[in-house]
Amino acid sequence: MRELMKGNEAIAEAAVRGGCRAFFGYPITPQNEIPEYMSWRMPEVGGCFVQAESEVSAINMVYGAAASGARVMTSSSSPGISLKQEGISYICGAELPCVIVNMVRGGPGLGGIQPAQSDYFQTVKGGGHGDYKMLVYGPATVQEAVDIMYDAFDKADKYRIPVMLLGDGMLGQIMEAVEIPKMKDSASFPKKEWATDGTGVGEKRRVINSLYIEPDVLEAINHKLFDVYSELEKHEVRFEEYLTDDAQTIIVAYGTVARIAKSAVNLLRAQGIKAGLLRPITLFPFPTLAIEKLAKKKNVKDFLATELSMGQMVEDVRLSVNGKKPVRFFGRTGGNVMLPEDIVNAVLEGK
Amino acid sequence: MSVVYKKSKMLTDTPFHYCPGCTHGVAHRIVAEVLEEIGAEGNVIGIAPVGCAVFAYNYFNCDIQQVAHGRAPAAATGAKRCNPDKIVFAYQGDGDLASIGTAEIVHAAARGENITVIFINNAIYGMTGGQMAPTTLLGQKSTTSQKGRSAIVNGNPIRVSEMLAVLDGPSYIERVSLGDVAGVIKAKKAVKKAFENQKAGKGFSMVEMLSTCPTNWGMLPLDACTFVKKEMTKVFPLGVFKDI
Ligand SMILES: Cc1ncc(C[n+]2csc(CCOP(=O)(O)OP(=O)(O)O)c2C)c(N)n1
Ligand code: SF4
Repeated sequence: MRELMKGNEAIAEAAVRGGCRAFFGYPITPQNEIPEYMSWRMPEVGGCFVQAESEVSAINMVYGAAASGARVMTSSSSPGISLKQEGISYICGAELPCVIVNMVRGGPGLGGIQPAQSDYFQTVKGGGHGDYKMLVYGPATVQEAVDIMYDAFDKADKYRIPVMLLGDGMLGQIMEAVEIPKMKDSASFPKKEWATDGTGVGEKRRVINSLYIEPDVLEAINHKLFDVYSELEKHEVRFEEYLTDDAQTIIVAYGTVARIAKSAVNLLRAQGIKAGLLRPITLFPFPTLAIEKLAKKKNVKDFLATELSMGQMVEDVRLSVNGKKPVRFFGRTGGNVMLPEDIVNAVLEGK
Repeated sequence: MSVVYKKSKMLTDTPFHYCPGCTHGVAHRIVAEVLEEIGAEGNVIGIAPVGCAVFAYNYFNCDIQQVAHGRAPAAATGAKRCNPDKIVFAYQGDGDLASIGTAEIVHAAARGENITVIFINNAIYGMTGGQMAPTTLLGQKSTTSQKGRSAIVNGNPIRVSEMLAVLDGPSYIERVSLGDVAGVIKAKKAVKKAFENQKAGKGFSMVEMLSTCPTNWGMLPLDACTFVKKEMTKVFPLGVFKDI
């Protein structure tokens, strides 16, 4: 049954249905509906909820819970996600599964509370220290966010990595009709033999750790982590193409901006201009090959990356296009959101 | 021949890396013996800090997590909330607990998290080579207070047990000394009470142990014990600060 739900609440319920039984967070706009929802929903399903004293603490509660085998998540927005970076680095180092939501707002500093996409670098290039990656999704609709969240804990458990859902204020606040899938059966979840659930002793004792004093051992760990990341690149890349077959201009956009870009493609087509859209759904792994393939096509003349930032994802588009075609950028910031006509104009300026 | 003393089965066979005369090893032994005595084997999640005790994960014979500097009470909260039937303890130094991790320890205590914290106060940053700790005594030399800690320049030492005791959350807080045998015996009693409180669901308990760091204090082990007894206890008086 489809229900009208606010993005943040739908995402929270999808997490519950996907098996989440522990939530640790700290208030920050525009994601407060997630902890608010979890504060009553977790106890209802036999899970736990703690409002932590800070985001630093919240992510370390996630660490302790994930390390002991729980399906656990946290959510925040940009300034809070900055504070979580230490914990995220440790979580990656210790190979712990968890889910993190970032409803991005404008920055730097306290910035604003309106939608932005300016945390892309922090998210996909590693905002904390050390060589690590997360599996990062940039959903465009509430339904897509729900579907991604529903499976996010499975992905996290499968690869023993954090999964991040990178949304923005718009996705969190918008109300859309959504279908939330039914509760997953916890009996189907993978057994976590590695987890420090307290039963380990002697030979069966387990240690969760990210400290490796021997250079060769740490290097081997770094390679092991990157083997997982290349598995992600093989199996988890997701993107959508819209009218790219005969397109001359490819617009690349993710998240809610991709919806605006889709309208722009329709407006351009109505004017007889062959535009198409490539929408990355996973931001790491990035749909590099799909973009490279388009760049090699004769009919494709140029690319326009459009984002709510000064230009971050555009760098990955350029790396993927690798000089084969021009790549231009159009962005709005500060919490301002472009209209489809703005993107149309940005495409026309390049003609 | 009869066995009069043996290593607790809650310790692994890995030899401690601690310096000669360091009482971290004594604290480990006490915790392990108490865990064994309360029958917690196969029922324990330990949290190791950043500091000299980081390798505690090699020593305690239980599931154990090494966590970020100062965040042990937060990780312990996550582990305990998801495994309420397990004994969860955090083992932290004074840089870890009383400096970078003040927010985490204060709020875990205030929430009355049903965990046990073993707080090793050696008045110095051991692992990083003897820098000033929040607990360094006035006049005490460290590599970052080379003429001795001055209240004006470096601020005053923090008394964590007294601070936490004013909160409603903690069920039990005691400061003990590892400076002599009598102190060690008392320390063990305190640790036992702390873990029994957790078993009984009474909420947060912490045992602060005045501990030696002969290496970074530049003292012989016996002199270090004397320093604990004579100097540290003046600033950090022993006793029970909370018991409900
Ligand atoms: C975020 C962070 N800052 C600094 C350090 C470096 N560091 C490692 S141990 C330590 C101090 C440990 O001192 P204490 O907690 O008193 O424990 P001890 O070694 O004396 O037992 C510091 C500052 C670190 N690992 N992480
Ligand atoms: S440096 Fe100090 S605290 Fe660390 S093991 Fe040596 S004596 Fe103990």
